[in-house]
Amino acid sequence: MLSLERRAVDSRAMQWASPLLALVLTIITGMGIFMALGKDPVEGLTFFFLTPLSDTHGWAELGLKMAPLLLCAAGLTICYRAKLWNIGAEGHFLMGALWASVVALQLGGQSGPWVLPLVLIAGIVAGAVWALLAGLLKTQFHCNEILTTIMLNYIALNLLLYAVHGPLKDPYGFGFPQSEMFAAAALLPKLIPDTRLHIGLLFGLLAAVAVGVLFARTFIGFQLKVLGQDERAAAFAGFPAKRLTLLAFILAGGLAGLAGASEVTGPLGQLVPQVSPGYGYTAIIVVFLGRMQAVGIVLAAALLALTFMGGEMLQIAMALPKAITGLFQGLLLFYLLTCDAFIHYRIRIRRAPKAVAGEA
Amino acid sequence: MATAERLKLEHIVKEYPGCRANDGVQLTVNAGEIHALLGENGAGKSTLMKIIYGVIQPDAGSITWNGHPLTLQGPAHARELGIGMVFQHFSLFETLTVAENIALSLPADQARDRRKLEARISEVSEHYGMALDPRRYVNTLSIGERQRVEIVRCLIQESSLLILDEPTSVLTPQEVETLFRTLRQLSHEGCSILFISHKLQEVRDLCHRATVLRQGRVTGECNPAEVSTDDIARMMVGNETPLSTRVEPRAPGEVLLDVSHLNYRTSDPFGTSLQDLCMSLRSGEIVGIAGVAGNGQDELLRALSGEALVSNDSITLSGVAIGQAKPGLRRRLGVAVVPEERLGRGAVPSMSLVDNSLLTAYGEGMVNKGWVALNKVRDYASRIVDAFGVRTASIDSHATSLSGGNLQKFIIGREAMQQPKLLVASHPTWGVDVGSAVAIHEALVRLRDEGAAVLLISEDLDELFQLCGRMGAICAGRLSPLVNTSDLTIEQLGQWMAGDFPSAAPSEVSHAVA
Amino acid sequence: MDSVLITNVLAATVVAGTPLLLVALGELVCERSGVLNLGQEGMMLMGAVIGFIAATSTGSLSMGVLAAMLGGVLMAMLFALMAITLAANQYAAGLALTIFGIGLSSFVGAGFVGQSIDGFDKIAIPLLSDIPVIGQVLFNQDLLVYGSLLIFALVFCFLKYSRGGLVLRAVGESPEAANANGLKVLPVRYMAVAFGGAMAGLAGAYLSLAYTPMWTENMTAGRGWIALALVVFATWKPERVLLGAYLFGAASILHLVLQGLGWNSSTELLAMLPYVVTIIVLVLLSWNPARTRLNTPLSIGQPYRPSK
Repeated sequence: MLSLERRAVDSRAMQWASPLLALVLTIITGMGIFMALGKDPVEGLTFFFLTPLSDTHGWAELGLKMAPLLLCAAGLTICYRAKLWNIGAEGHFLMGALWASVVALQLGGQSGPWVLPLVLIAGIVAGAVWALLAGLLKTQFHCNEILTTIMLNYIALNLLLYAVHGPLKDPYGFGFPQSEMFAAAALLPKLIPDTRLHIGLLFGLLAAVAVGVLFARTFIGFQLKVLGQDERAAAFAGFPAKRLTLLAFILAGGLAGLAGASEVTGPLGQLVPQVSPGYGYTAIIVVFLGRMQAVGIVLAAALLALTFMGGEMLQIAMALPKAITGLFQGLLLFYLLTCDAFIHYRIRIRRAPKAVAGEA
Repeated sequence: MATAERLKLEHIVKEYPGCRANDGVQLTVNAGEIHALLGENGAGKSTLMKIIYGVIQPDAGSITWNGHPLTLQGPAHARELGIGMVFQHFSLFETLTVAENIALSLPADQARDRRKLEARISEVSEHYGMALDPRRYVNTLSIGERQRVEIVRCLIQESSLLILDEPTSVLTPQEVETLFRTLRQLSHEGCSILFISHKLQEVRDLCHRATVLRQGRVTGECNPAEVSTDDIARMMVGNETPLSTRVEPRAPGEVLLDVSHLNYRTSDPFGTSLQDLCMSLRSGEIVGIAGVAGNGQDELLRALSGEALVSNDSITLSGVAIGQAKPGLRRRLGVAVVPEERLGRGAVPSMSLVDNSLLTAYGEGMVNKGWVALNKVRDYASRIVDAFGVRTASIDSHATSLSGGNLQKFIIGREAMQQPKLLVASHPTWGVDVGSAVAIHEALVRLRDEGAAVLLISEDLDELFQLCGRMGAICAGRLSPLVNTSDLTIEQLGQWMAGDFPSAAPSEVSHAVA
Repeated sequence: MDSVLITNVLAATVVAGTPLLLVALGELVCERSGVLNLGQEGMMLMGAVIGFIAATSTGSLSMGVLAAMLGGVLMAMLFALMAITLAANQYAAGLALTIFGIGLSSFVGAGFVGQSIDGFDKIAIPLLSDIPVIGQVLFNQDLLVYGSLLIFALVFCFLKYSRGGLVLRAVGESPEAANANGLKVLPVRYMAVAFGGAMAGLAGAYLSLAYTPMWTENMTAGRGWIALALVVFATWKPERVLLGAYLFGAASILHLVLQGLGWNSSTELLAMLPYVVTIIVLVLLSWNPARTRLNTPLSIGQPYRPSK
């Protein structure tokens, strides 16, 4: 009979193999789904993974979608390594987008190199404040951050909808819920001309590097790690738990806010209700898949950005529902958690326990 | 006919990855016999006990019960047969009543009539001199009372073999006497008792026979009353390990720590508040505080370490008020602490020894403007491992991979190498093998000789009497007078541990002039 | 104030509170065994979509309800496999279940978006429904509302009076002590998680077959999360869950009431109300951590690895 046996030492090999194994299992399941829907599995996989990357334009789009994922994931990594389960990246993102838009529209007629930084800073601050709210609720009132950040996500979404249907609505927009287009001075410069890829990707990569350095070399990073792994030891060592918690939230909020600001000043150029296809939530998967490490989250962000593009491709090419992206991402996380168990356990085939020999 | 053999274990083997917890163990307990199972921590007693109680299965060997061969299918099966277990860390549910707890361990049909069960509980507990109110919630009971619930539970199940795992470690000397009276009565009535302990004097007082385990094997069997404690100790630890430290007395210096009217109200509903504590420690002395767990030791430790903040003046170190100082500041001023929990407070279990050094020694030049100097941290960790004989594969090994004794040596070393003025150690040799315990004692004495003041909080009376120049007891958050060890009897200490002492004697508050 | 208005508001409160009541009761039992399942949104959505599809395909609402509960149990079993058998991080496993459930339900329901169905009708209980106000509020509701009240009574009695309830509480407080007492921790937890899944599925079915008889993506709108807060709010006591569910139900329909009274405010701003109320409630409850600790099932959220 099969049984699970705890390993004496966690398997190092599985720690790195697990994400790959999870990906393979997801792909196999995906093929099964295609077949069940009467579609050719190989064709489906090709459209999902390969076709989106078939030209420069595709790679630019990949970078474009990676940027917000990477920024959000970098911030969430700081929280998750401290075991602060901040689910609010989506809300920080939306608030960043909202307030960046407010400032951009206010500065409408202006031009000059100071416009864009101001807009981005507005987004960063908005995201940071929104996260700080959840952080304070935790440190001052001991509220569970999972629930508070999720509630704040819904509130942020409603604030954005309110703005886009009301105060920020473009008077010449034919009644559609969207803001005016931003002036050129408030737009992010492009990384590769003639594509939509902007410098947001650079922000993301810098953020990942910064987070890596934070945890590898700084004392604050060490304190956050200890806080996450053993809060009694952190108290014993005299590490300021409340200040560290608030710092983690502010950083996560600021980075996600920057992601939101980049999205409205980059590819969108205006504020619309569907500014996020769920970047904040997908970023959670990026963090887990990337093993909460700088290099890992860059790779994972690329993979998950690809799933967004793949979903769109499948919708166009094979008339499949766009929800296939969400399904794929969910499957990936599920398989990842299952494979992760094998870091700690291994399967043993065990005969029934030996009958204890009697003695006269 | 010869005395009936109630339980017989033969050639029991149990292996875990990396070690043989039981290696061919033989054990025989007769009817009505009180049999001791001796061995230091890590000898394999717990594993053997879990096998007898059916929690785990042996890899090889046989169990014979009342002459019949036996394969246990789990604790419920063991209970049905009449094997009753009294756990060291009790298996009671705090949010349920005494009767509900006992009901859970009985088969459903026997537990159905709640009132009948409550009557039986009262009846049985009184018969053995351990009165219990079946309607009380367990979280309102004292530790001694909780142990009674465990024992009464076994008695209601009509156990013919009672297994007690280190039962006296949580009792005052007087409570130990009551327990022994009960056990002798049970033995007289034909119940067999398996008494697991590492306290040799108690075993000699109570038990008819003893089996000694060392590193998973039986190294001796004897009638403890006929053998000296040194001989039994040799069976437990072998011939190479020193059995105890030689401690030379030393004259103390000026006052380092002054605790004056320390009050601390704990917010933990299961905690103990400190009331009007007064004591002073001088450089070059080791002061001991005895006490049964749960009487304020943890709160005292937290007040001294800075994990709990108290009024500023209640604690002064060399004249500086530190009651409101956070742990980091206290460490800088020379306070070092070794908490009771080595994994999960003293050290982060999943982190390496290198990282765990940084945990408290960050003031030793390892952090420069927020950047960690990794080479300095590694160097510090290596020095601890060398100086304190820590057995580990490498300084990058996780804290969990070290044995209890080695991890404790590491933690003591980490604190001692910061050259503190005051070291507060809570139960430093709990669950530690004898060799490491001796090394830890030597480290504490060395610190004392270098001029530090050491406060030793412990349940181990032998350790306290051996190391401390002055001693007292803590009970229900109050501190007894601290007197010279040479002037203190164990009976007096036992009374103090039970709370029988006057409120802070004025002579304790005086600042001794060198 | 006009009694017709009061009656309508109260009746609507009961209706709005019913899905919350169901999910929260299920999660309460689950958490009492020591397992924290964050996957409520995912299980509810799967229940909603499966129930809707089953009902439209077979033409039978009861088939829809049964299918929904089964769907909820299946989803919960995936979670149980990870969180109980594999002893994974319960928070991550629950989040995975939510994300997976959201994605799978959108995918499976893609062909049914916007379709509607003849949902459950209100059934008036003779005599009792003639009582002024209370009669209409409590005794003129659909079958699932009556079912929810019955389930509440069953859960209440189970926890308080039965041996099963005692065993559940024991396992939740300390799986180690339970194991030492010969109680089977893993099967108890599996059953508790399964019950939670069935309730979440049922709640989802309520949404798509009675509350707004149709399927739309993400139609739960965060109710699963609110239910989680509700269990904390109720300090794990079923009677408080009942109270809280209706309280939150009231908060969620408040914007309709205000608009009905002629207050004109932005729909989006008023729709924020239940989420804001949840935060306020969380603050009020969590303020004193000692109090929370006294009532929380002690082992909650911690993976249990039985020693062999």
